[in-house]
Amino acid sequence: MAKNRGAIVVDIEKCKGCELCVGSCPTQVIKMAPEVNGKGYRYAFMENPDACTGCANCAVVCPDGVITVYRVKVEAEN
Amino acid sequence: MGELRLMKGNEAIAEAAIRAGADAYFGYPITPQSEVMEYLAQEEPHKRTGMVLLQAESELAAINMVYGAASTGKKVMTSSSSPGISLMMEGISYLAGSELPCVIANIVRGGPGLGTIQPSQADYFQATKGGGHGDYRLIVLAPSSVQEMSDFVKLGFELAFKYRMPVMILSDGLIGQMMEKVELFDQMPRATEFDQSWATTGKTPDRERNIITSLDLDPNGMEKHNLDLQEKYKKVVASEVRYELIDCEDADYLYVAYGSSARICQKAIRMGREEGIKIGLIRPITLFPFPYDIIGEYAKKVKGILSVELSAGQMIEDVRLAVGTTIPALHFGRMGGVIHSPEEVLEGLKKAFLK
Amino acid sequence: MDIKDIIKEENLVYKKTDCMTDNVLSYCPGCGHGVIHRLCMEVVDEMDIVADTIGVASVGCSVLAYDFMNIDMTGVPHGRAPAVATGIKRTWPDKFVFTYQGDGDLAAIGTAETIHACNRGENITIIFVNNGIYGMTGGQMAPTTLPGMKSSTTPYGREIALMGNPIKMTELVAELPGTYYVTRQAVHTPALVRKAKKAIRTAFENQKLKKGLSLVEVVSNCNSGWKMTPVQSNQWLEENMLPFYPLGDIKVEGKKVK
Repeated sequence: MAKNRGAIVVDIEKCKGCELCVGSCPTQVIKMAPEVNGKGYRYAFMENPDACTGCANCAVVCPDGVITVYRVKVEAEN
Repeated sequence: MGELRLMKGNEAIAEAAIRAGADAYFGYPITPQSEVMEYLAQEEPHKRTGMVLLQAESELAAINMVYGAASTGKKVMTSSSSPGISLMMEGISYLAGSELPCVIANIVRGGPGLGTIQPSQADYFQATKGGGHGDYRLIVLAPSSVQEMSDFVKLGFELAFKYRMPVMILSDGLIGQMMEKVELFDQMPRATEFDQSWATTGKTPDRERNIITSLDLDPNGMEKHNLDLQEKYKKVVASEVRYELIDCEDADYLYVAYGSSARICQKAIRMGREEGIKIGLIRPITLFPFPYDIIGEYAKKVKGILSVELSAGQMIEDVRLAVGTTIPALHFGRMGGVIHSPEEVLEGLKKAFLK
Repeated sequence: MDIKDIIKEENLVYKKTDCMTDNVLSYCPGCGHGVIHRLCMEVVDEMDIVADTIGVASVGCSVLAYDFMNIDMTGVPHGRAPAVATGIKRTWPDKFVFTYQGDGDLAAIGTAETIHACNRGENITIIFVNNGIYGMTGGQMAPTTLPGMKSSTTPYGREIALMGNPIKMTELVAELPGTYYVTRQAVHTPALVRKAKKAIRTAFENQKLKKGLSLVEVVSNCNSGWKMTPVQSNQWLEENMLPFYPLGDIKVEGKKVK
């Protein structure tokens, strides 16, 4: 059975740490980094990348357009 | 010779707008200039040249419609009278700040406030010294005949596009309402040969995008923009001064007057000369840029200069700047609404210099 | 599967449209303006109409919209955007002309320009961002500030007897014969963002029909002005703004549906 595997790339320096992406993720992939970017914001990152389905919800609600989303279809292992 | 017609000043402005190839007129009715839009409506300019005519909900909206069309490089004009022009001042400041070309006719009536609907020249300061906020200037043309009401629309568009700045035709209810013979210029195409690469018409792949704005939050950027504007105004001052000299060569005394007052002065000059008083007239055609130099030159030759305006004395401040302190330069004028007669103007000169 | 194998050009499903510039948005973290800007530009991008689109930026937080929307744009006086857009559209009837205005701009100082552009049925699109507050000037009461809502000029809450009622401009203009499409949207959840984009697309497509004005209100947040975190502000929006400003189409194809 095929399922979607996804990944996001966050433009760290442009992330303002608003955290709206965190709540929009249906599979709890995203968290805010403990460290800050050059502007002093904690930025979003994939804390649980294996759960990402590439649904793009995070990118869609991101006010600053800093999230790029990739997705592939993979056959389920076993 | 062009087509001859007997027209009101306001009608001449409207006909000239169509013939100058204007793309649009946006306006709002106000006495004593409502004939401009009425004439246009009757002429159906969309059928004659494709020109857009729209009656706005206010002068504020009208001037901002002008701003919109101007920002896309279109030849656009509006007209109003004093209280309406005051409302437009916000937009005029933005037009100047954003360096947009357009023609604005002010058929001046008495003020302040709602004032009166009769002719006045009390908007001189507003037209020539700014009027809206910020350091800006308009090119100000002062017609003194119905012929010039027509000619200055065409000239106004040329100057507006040459310098990318608003041009004001500062007339008054007298010139707007009176009828005279006009030689109309031939129909011009709805296009301009001036550079329009700055206009916001939709970004095509072959160019960078265009932005029209008067805002710069960086104070250094804003200062540079202001300095650039001042450079432009210097060029205007250097190249665009226009005036007419009437009977100045042998004159002992001079009137300085524009628009309707200049017409009245001409009659007063004839009456004065019949009595043996040699009077001449310097008629500024551009009020900005003001003809300081020629007035300064004549100040060395004559015994006194009388600035005649339908106001408490506004242009007199510029006349005095031109004259300096060598000879007396005084103001004469009724307050606007009431028009001075040639007799009063001649008497004013006698009282000032001969009694 | 390694992440490196997923992050490849051929697997790309979402990235910021090129119709947005690379400038960092001047908006506060979590502000809905960024999403609404992007939706407008995604629509322009997808309709392939950059060469025929002229944007009109207003005064307020979105005064610098032209720094972010990568298209030809004009910045205009406060409240006058619909008049400016009228001037553009009347002289360029085949271009796509839109205004981007906040609530102070559209529903207070620009009320006359808004109403009359709507009533004339100008074939333009108005994007109306309603966050119930003056964000740019520091959180003062807006024409859309809710009853009892605190702002810097209503520090004890908006008292209706004293300060008057909030105005529902979108319902108001839907009554005018010149409007063709009037809708209220929001962008604080992924599903609502996708719906709002469809509405903005419809509003732009409508310009081709020349049947009147399309207005899309987007109820948005102002976490700085509301003095909340972005996440809290979206929750507050859901609980307080939406009951007063209910989402959905109000007028479709010239007919009222609500």
